[in-house]
Amino acid sequence: MTMFWDAMTIVFVSTGVFFFLAGTVGLLRFPDTLTRLHALTKADTLGFGLIAIGLLPQSADVRVGLKLLVIWLILQFAGACSGQLIAQFEHRSRHSS
Amino acid sequence: MSDVTTLYGLCASGLIAIGIYGFSLQSEPLRRIISFNLIGTGVFLLFGVAARRAAAAGFLADPVPHAMVITGIVVAFAATALTVALILRLAELNTDPEENIQPEARDEKSA
Amino acid sequence: MSMLPDLLLVMLVLGAALWTVAARDRRSSVIGFIALGLLLALVWMRLYAVDVALTEAAVGGGATGLLLLRACARLDSIDAGKPSAGRTLQLLIGFCCAAMGVGIAAAALGGPDLPPTLAPAVAANIDAVGLGNPVTVVLLAYRAIDTLLEKIVLIAALVGVWSLAPDDVWGGPPASLKLAKASEPLTFLAQILPPVGFVIGVYLIWNGADEPGGTFQGGTVLAAMWLLVMLAGLAEPPETRRALLQYLVVFGPAVFLISGFSGFWLAEGFLSYPTGFAKTMIVALEVALALSIAVIVAMMLAGPSARTPR
Repeated sequence: MTMFWDAMTIVFVSTGVFFFLAGTVGLLRFPDTLTRLHALTKADTLGFGLIAIGLLPQSADVRVGLKLLVIWLILQFAGACSGQLIAQFEHRSRHSS
Repeated sequence: MSDVTTLYGLCASGLIAIGIYGFSLQSEPLRRIISFNLIGTGVFLLFGVAARRAAAAGFLADPVPHAMVITGIVVAFAATALTVALILRLAELNTDPEENIQPEARDEKSA
Repeated sequence: MSMLPDLLLVMLVLGAALWTVAARDRRSSVIGFIALGLLLALVWMRLYAVDVALTEAAVGGGATGLLLLRACARLDSIDAGKPSAGRTLQLLIGFCCAAMGVGIAAAALGGPDLPPTLAPAVAANIDAVGLGNPVTVVLLAYRAIDTLLEKIVLIAALVGVWSLAPDDVWGGPPASLKLAKASEPLTFLAQILPPVGFVIGVYLIWNGADEPGGTFQGGTVLAAMWLLVMLAGLAEPPETRRALLQYLVVFGPAVFLISGFSGFWLAEGFLSYPTGFAKTMIVALEVALALSIAVIVAMMLAGPSARTPR
């Protein structure tokens, strides 16, 4: 059974890392703030969610697992809000100039 | 394991060197503060390397330097906050003596 | 091969440091410094210093970053950059600094094979205190005098910041942190996050006794939550002349001092704890200190008074 959970961790974490990589490539390659933000927020949210799922079977007990879930929720929330803030700033600076 | 500490020791020395370079060449006060903080973080990191090398008695690193570094980071923050406040006040005094009376008005203009 | 992540991390750290120094404008330099603070938190994790990593992330990346960014925003309109030194001088100084770096590295790394360590001393006495986190034991039991002086430094720095207020606004509230234009996502964040952040801050303080965490880390998180509420304009910074605020600033250090002096007749001497009560007293001290730290850090970031008191 441990092998199954280990395999699950490997699959989910590697997929998550792949999405992070895709997001970073987008950040480096896309031409302006909004498209970069699009690449980064979408891919990173998915990537982080996958890594969190992948790490769940490795947690020692339920408390650690719950902490992982809470971290995931907070990061999700902070990521969404900061993405909105950057987009808003960009939008406003475009329309004021 | 000593290889890793050597690597981070080099990193710490690099940070100090870069910090001193910035501190001696930059003219803007704020950036000099940042460079000074770079020197500080480099020195703290040297403490961390020494602590890791001195791992003993079942600890993965010597906790005494860690405690000193935490105190150091806090004191560095306090000093940075004070110098930044000084710079802002100095800049305010240098720009326009009239605006000193109403810092609020200046805030709205710059926003 | 196992060194590869460390090597990458070191290159990222040095790259961020170079960026911080070489960036063309002030704001990029500050952003480089914040990134450096977060990377350094990872470095501290690699050196098995989790407490320091938390402090570096909270203070180096968070609080100092916010301080510098706010300073940038206020300086932008005031002064432009001045021309820097000539190329020859730059090269010369760069060479000198590189030589200095090599010298420091040689001095730091060429030490004895078995470096001096105080870890066995801590390990031998940790049970007497009853806490599980050796760093907290050192901070609040064996080197409590350092920690006490650190709090005094914090208060002195806050007094310094406050004393920079112009005469006519003395005692008034600091400049509003509110953004010029209201931002809905920020308001939303400031409404939802503080309860969660408050719990995390308290958790860090409480956890500091046995696990990584502690007063300063938790206190900074609490301060960050208050600052977030002020940034969103949901609350205004308080007047610096308010008695409650000033009592809160000195509350923690005062409790620390009183408990330190009480050591004279309850235990062996200044800043020592009576046997059996060490843990209780340390946890109580941590709570008091964290409260004061949260207020001090938030007020330092808010800056000196800038508006006339009502």
